[in-house]
Amino acid sequence: MTVSQDAAVQETITPDGRTIGGVLMEMRNITLRFGGVVAIEDISFDIRQGEIRAIIGPNGAGKSSMLNVINGFYHPQDGEVWYKGAIRGPMRPHQIAAQGIARTFQNIALFHGMSTLDNIMTGRLTHMKTGMLSQSVWFGRAQREETENRAFAERIIDFLEIQSIRKTPVGRLPYGLQKRVELGRALAAEPSLLLLDEPMAGMNVEEKEDMSRFILDVNDEFGTTIALIEHDMGVVMDLADRVVVMDYGRKIGDGSPEEVRNNKAVIDAYLGVSSD
Amino acid sequence: MVEFLYGIEVVINGLMAGVMYSLVALGFVLIFKASGIFNYAQGVMALFAAMTLVGVQEGQVPFAHLINSVFGTQYHHFGWHINAFVAIAVAALVMLLFAYLVERYILKHLVNQEPIILFMATIGLAYFMEGFGDLMWGSNIKTLDVGIPQGGNFWIEEKTAFLGGEDFYGFYLDTLDIYATVIAIILVSTLVLFSQYTKTGRALRAVADDHQAALSVGISLRRIWVIVWSIAGIVALVAGIMWGSKSGVQFSLSLIALKALPVLMLGGFTSIPGAIIGGLIIGIGEKLFEFLIGAPFLGGATENWFAYMLALLFLVFRPQGLFGEKIIERV
Ligand SMILES: Nc1ncnc2c1ncn2[C@@H]1O[C@H](COP(=O)(O)OP(=O)(O)O)[C@@H](O)[C@H]1O
Ligand SMILES: [Mg+2]
Repeated sequence: MTVSQDAAVQETITPDGRTIGGVLMEMRNITLRFGGVVAIEDISFDIRQGEIRAIIGPNGAGKSSMLNVINGFYHPQDGEVWYKGAIRGPMRPHQIAAQGIARTFQNIALFHGMSTLDNIMTGRLTHMKTGMLSQSVWFGRAQREETENRAFAERIIDFLEIQSIRKTPVGRLPYGLQKRVELGRALAAEPSLLLLDEPMAGMNVEEKEDMSRFILDVNDEFGTTIALIEHDMGVVMDLADRVVVMDYGRKIGDGSPEEVRNNKAVIDAYLGVSSD
Repeated sequence: MVEFLYGIEVVINGLMAGVMYSLVALGFVLIFKASGIFNYAQGVMALFAAMTLVGVQEGQVPFAHLINSVFGTQYHHFGWHINAFVAIAVAALVMLLFAYLVERYILKHLVNQEPIILFMATIGLAYFMEGFGDLMWGSNIKTLDVGIPQGGNFWIEEKTAFLGGEDFYGFYLDTLDIYATVIAIILVSTLVLFSQYTKTGRALRAVADDHQAALSVGISLRRIWVIVWSIAGIVALVAGIMWGSKSGVQFSLSLIALKALPVLMLGGFTSIPGAIIGGLIIGIGEKLFEFLIGAPFLGGATENWFAYMLALLFLVFRPQGLFGEKIIERV
């Protein structure tokens, strides 16, 4: 297959005027098993610089598992992960985070005892380099670094319109706001690739609209590449440039929202019609 | 009036004992929060740290017994006596090395195991360290003297004598206790400030809250574990110095960890403020109870069991501790 090589040189302008660049990440023939369960079976797809890539599919299709492979929580038995033009060896999740991949979780995983601000500050950790000793005496470089990163965290807080809950312990926030703080923590890392696992699950219509707007703004203003999992077809059609469709661990569709919507296998999977 | 003044003296002594309990309890809480491990070896760590300190200070040859019986030699001492500060620094380095080894050879292999397995591992660790310490430094009772003066503090006694009348001789406070309290306060506040206001402190709290989320923002769990075990090692060293100076370095030193248990039941296993307040309550509580009820009505020596009784009451009426979150079983 030479698709990725072509894509690497190709630049595309989307209908709404954004530039999609070369391949940022490529999954090649990924297979992931848990004992007898095959969560992902021989799946390949790529994510291009600056695009919003959606992964959709019914429950248990293997979508979350795919994000977990990308950020290093799971290690596939087979296949290769290519990132920024190089094959990625076995790496631990915190090392992958340091390479610019940030994420949110299907079931919110915030630091519940901490305030909104502190949660977002932990997102800055990969940008903070001072050693323990200079932090302990809170001196010179360490202090400057803390101040600079604090300023960045405040910008994220403004961007997400959560000034009023800066100091609130996140455990006390309503669900929708927690999701937003979690997005903020991931954004704080200024990621090259942002992974969102069902960012709108469990939200009401208004919250969904807010979240959609934030996702589009992040992509538009910062040029952040985003891979997101979403159940709601309508939302996906609005947000995504390209869509991967998964079902029972296999890839059954890949293309623009239009293409995917008219794909017979996809329609069957979504409507539950048997396809044989 | 005199009774009241002696009561105050009792409270002050209780506070000072309480700060030490808080310190030991803090060692537990840090490790428990960061890794979900109840570290049974905490007390033995204090013993081991104190033994190492004495050994280094006195110029003992480590593993002397082993070396001599294998090679037929007669080494016992290097023949030097090292300055207390240098010896403390060396002992601290040994505790840091210990933390690294624990992570490298034990914790790393037990990631994602059940808490009970981790607990068992620390029991194994405790017995290993106890034997290893004996092998390294000998099992005899050692006296530890890092130059902290002991006995009643006359200055305070004289200066406070005017408070009462004829029958009041001033507050009797042990100088060693005063030192211990000051050092424990400094250590505890440093730890609290460190965890609140530095990025590593924030990473520590993050790991305590959610391992997966911590990994996802680039925190290395293994690095954090080395850090918390190092801190717990230093806390153990300080506790070992204070208790060791008072009553000698011997096996019973490792039992100070038992004093931390009721503190944890009171304060909750996951709360740093809980450990501090819990320690103070037990310190004051046991001294005051002895003074007001124990000695006059119960024949004394209530300090041995008061803390546990209080902890039991808490287990019955407020099992999550003073500051722990309410435990709601999800169904
Ligand atoms: N850690 C795990 N251990 C065992 N099985 C798992 C694990 N994670 C996912 N699976 C299994 O892999 C399959 C795909 O799950 P998942 O990726 O969560 O699907 P989706 O996110 O599409 O709903 C399911 O059958 C699930 O039970
Ligand atoms: Mg999922």
